[in-house]
Amino acid sequence: MKTRKLLALLLLLGLLSAALCGCGGGSTGKTAESKPTDAGTGTEAPADPQPAEAHPNEITVGIAQDLDESLDPHKAVAAGTKEVMFNVFEGLMKPTPEGDLIPAVAEKYEISDDQLVYTFTIRDGIKFHNGAPVTGADVGASLARCADPSDPSVQGIEAFSNIAHIESPEDGRTVAIVLREPDSEFLSYLTTAILPADYDGQDAAPVGTGPFKFVSRAAQDNIILERFEDYWGEPAYLDKVTYKIIENADSILMSLQSGAVDLFAHLTSTQTAQLGDEFNIEEGTMNLVQAMYLNHAEKPFDDVRVRQALCYAVDRQQILDLAFDGYGSLIGSSMYPAFGKYFDDSLTNYYPHDVEKAKSLLAEAGYPDGFSMTITVPSNYQPHIDTAQVIVEQLKEVGVKAEIQLVEWGSWLSDVYAGRQYQATVVGVDASTMTARALLERFTSTAGNNFINYNNAEYDAFFQQAVTAADGAAQTAAYKQALANLTENAANVYIQDLADLVAVRKGLTGVRFYPIYVLDLSGIRYTD
Amino acid sequence: MKYVLKRVLAGLATMLIVSFLTFAAFSLISGDAATAMLGTSATPERLAALRAELGLDRPLPVRYGEWLAGFFTGDLGVSTSYRQPVWDILAPKFRLTLCLSLLSFLLIGLVSIPLGLLSAGRQRLEGARTALNQLGMAVPPFFTGILLSWVFGVGLKWFTPGQFPDGRKDFAGAAAYLLFAAVALSIPRIAMTARMLRSTVQEELGRDYVRTAISRGSDRRTVLRRHVLKNALPPVVTFLAQTMAEIVAGSIVVEQVFVIPGLGQMLVTSISNRDYPVVQAIVVILALWVVLAGTAADLINARIDPRLRLGGAS
Amino acid sequence: MRKRNGFLTAGLVLTCLLAALILLGFFWTPWDPNAMAAGPKFDGPSLAHWMGTDNFGRDIFSRVLKGAGATASIALATLAIGAVCGCLIGALTGYFGGPVDEGLMRLNDALTAFPSILLALVVISILEPGKKRNVIIALGLVFIPSFARVTRTAFASLRDVNYVKSARLLGASSARILAVHMLPNILPVLLPALTIGFNNAVLAEASMSFLGIGVTPPDASLGYMLSEAQGMLFAAPWYAGGTGLVIVLLVFSVGLLGEGLRRRDKGVL
Repeated sequence: MKTRKLLALLLLLGLLSAALCGCGGGSTGKTAESKPTDAGTGTEAPADPQPAEAHPNEITVGIAQDLDESLDPHKAVAAGTKEVMFNVFEGLMKPTPEGDLIPAVAEKYEISDDQLVYTFTIRDGIKFHNGAPVTGADVGASLARCADPSDPSVQGIEAFSNIAHIESPEDGRTVAIVLREPDSEFLSYLTTAILPADYDGQDAAPVGTGPFKFVSRAAQDNIILERFEDYWGEPAYLDKVTYKIIENADSILMSLQSGAVDLFAHLTSTQTAQLGDEFNIEEGTMNLVQAMYLNHAEKPFDDVRVRQALCYAVDRQQILDLAFDGYGSLIGSSMYPAFGKYFDDSLTNYYPHDVEKAKSLLAEAGYPDGFSMTITVPSNYQPHIDTAQVIVEQLKEVGVKAEIQLVEWGSWLSDVYAGRQYQATVVGVDASTMTARALLERFTSTAGNNFINYNNAEYDAFFQQAVTAADGAAQTAAYKQALANLTENAANVYIQDLADLVAVRKGLTGVRFYPIYVLDLSGIRYTD
Repeated sequence: MKYVLKRVLAGLATMLIVSFLTFAAFSLISGDAATAMLGTSATPERLAALRAELGLDRPLPVRYGEWLAGFFTGDLGVSTSYRQPVWDILAPKFRLTLCLSLLSFLLIGLVSIPLGLLSAGRQRLEGARTALNQLGMAVPPFFTGILLSWVFGVGLKWFTPGQFPDGRKDFAGAAAYLLFAAVALSIPRIAMTARMLRSTVQEELGRDYVRTAISRGSDRRTVLRRHVLKNALPPVVTFLAQTMAEIVAGSIVVEQVFVIPGLGQMLVTSISNRDYPVVQAIVVILALWVVLAGTAADLINARIDPRLRLGGAS
Repeated sequence: MRKRNGFLTAGLVLTCLLAALILLGFFWTPWDPNAMAAGPKFDGPSLAHWMGTDNFGRDIFSRVLKGAGATASIALATLAIGAVCGCLIGALTGYFGGPVDEGLMRLNDALTAFPSILLALVVISILEPGKKRNVIIALGLVFIPSFARVTRTAFASLRDVNYVKSARLLGASSARILAVHMLPNILPVLLPALTIGFNNAVLAEASMSFLGIGVTPPDASLGYMLSEAQGMLFAAPWYAGGTGLVIVLLVFSVGLLGEGLRRRDKGVL
């Protein structure tokens, strides 16, 4: 009797859990799939049962960071989000792997002789992912939104404050942008995404003009993109791309080995060394300025001799050898090699490794026995933690006792970056647009994001000169002087531009590296 | 009935305290949703504007009241990081975590109760069994998880670590995947529950009334079932309910090892993002889950042994 | 009653052995645990490096010794906070009962229902993150409720025992009754709870470090090392294996000790 009762109970429990699992699994990652229909993108791919043999024309790309913010390109902050959304959005212009700019949403453009009027002709027949044609009004509204953000979460573009007005006829195909003063870098800022003016769902269901259209996002699970059939240019090769979010370092390897993921960018040399021969490893650059940034408002880092001593004390080649298996390229200022125009290799070895010199500089500054310091490092990025560990060991040799403090990214943003409450921090700074300004404006004494509290009148002057320079050559020269200024004053302990190691499953080809932090999927295809 | 009502009210009070503690804690941590949203592009003016827009500049009690009012009308708010309604984000994750913890719970119950009862009566190899039991308790779930995914995933290819199957297309696959995670999660708990049950049963067996009953010639099995189990079960039921809280906490780590898109990982990153509507919702859901388990345990115990009601055990 | 308490002996021997090793690690390790390039990268276990080397060429065995020390000291300190505060709360609520009891137990329930990881995370964020001391405080807070619960039951059960009643009649103060008459008698409950608590603390610290909110490098704890080892599972399986094994061994031996203590007090062998 009793056993039967027990059995019945167990059966019931089993059924209950099965039912729960059924409904649970059933809706996993699917809730967002109705979104594009809301957005009016139309067809939803039927869930066809895929044959196991012939591989479907789609890949799974692993990414280590979730896109946990607004997907609106004017609001997104994280480099990881921009990297993915690069495939969805385009501006009037778009960057090429070589670092040039080519027209995208625009078909062609003209610049008036006084360099004040930029006239763009919108590509004929170009459409948004929701099927609506791109009009002058869309372009005008998108640029105006970034020029003068009424919504506080929209990232304004400082350079757009130079726009006097925009002439964008409602139905016309030409847009004229009138500037107050000439700006030879202005074109670079026009990579800003063009969005449909009358659509307000960009936060969660973005609509752009890029080669891929957004399908769905399941938080911390995946992001799905599909080829945009009406793309104006050469269409993407792949039908569908699934970004799989894998935050755990061990799981990254597992999912590559097990075949769950076909492509993974930004791997460490330790990780790629462990992959079998099913993968090709492609090497590019991360385009980050990795440095130990020093807070100049904190003693003793207000003393240039101390900063120089730290530069001499750190053996950067050893950092690359120990923590990165020799990958990465050394830098000496806030510029990375991929930006060939501005990169000055003579700054790279301005401070060779020299323990004695470091010691004597410290003694001169009044710290013959060294001092103690704290290096704050965000806990979400292992390469920076590894770099900091090597630095700690190296600083011991000159008597500086450094201690690492790991903080979550959220605390780093508020305490270190916004609050400027720190001594030193190891991070990588990237450029949001393909301009030197994106890297260098932050060190002007009045910049809101001058988190190292750099205050150097000469630097401010160089920067001002560069921004207002009439022609490209003068501008490049001024930027180079500004870069040299950072090096000579040992503004930070510059380390390297990290190598970007991408694991690509054999049989796939077409990875293209850019001088900015993006992963272009449109060229990726199966070789057979 | 009165007892039931009292338990439910106590549960509600617990929930209120939990939600308020979370809310208060959030105003104490450095950084808020605005700094997380603006990231490296933050300036004091923009932060202030965004805070005003999000309503973060208002006093804590006002915000808590508003949240509470929203909660009771079924509105959990909008995630500050994903800019989507909180429930849209959490619903699929909630079901997954629910399945994972139910599965682990079932596993614990199904394995540990027979194990505990069987081992209670036997003396053979007792030392070895206890040592094994201790070993089971000593293995951290994430270590088991790594081993399991290495052996069964990478080695034997029974499942694909990192690729959680879509339950709608591949139900068996999804269930199997979850099962591996559940095993990693429940091994230490199975060991603990079995041990607990074994010792309570043995304690009961040693009592006078059992000895008397057996010496009087009653069937040993009947005595075990009728009397011993009835007295030995309540502490185990309470323990199992507490296990629920542990499972929920443990799932945070195990979900990460197995790359299961559940609530656990979401909780950790939402804290990093200072996404308080999401954190608040997750905490309340998890707490509700734990409180429900606790209340259910008390009610079951009260049925098994009505004397327990009088004790007013909380 | 027939044989001697094998668990107590085995537990004591193992625990003392580990404790001795850990203590040794505070003063001497075969290599400098933080010195990079002490050997080649990812060198398998050998006579020179008993547990091999990691991605910086650091000697894993030396690091494990130091890490075990960090883990054990965090666990002990956590335990001290949890046990002392928990006992106090348990004594007050269990002995006096009444509305204070009801209120504190509600709060206790709330804290138990609060996912422990979240509590620890929040406490760490409020204090200064990345500091060992704060990990201890956070974990200590997490452990208070369970100790409070265990000791409350024990104190409540002793409230009406004869010797307590007589002490009360003789006019002994409540504090004296609690400390002198009752505390020694709840030791049989407290001691095994302490060993279980120690193990939970070790595992909790490991989980927290695994999630990246524990002790900071280069002075790693076992948990942090295991999470580091995760990413190198294929290149250096001995790293995860060695570190994981030490955690298991530590918890296992203290578990045996606890089992032995429990049996001695129960008189069951």
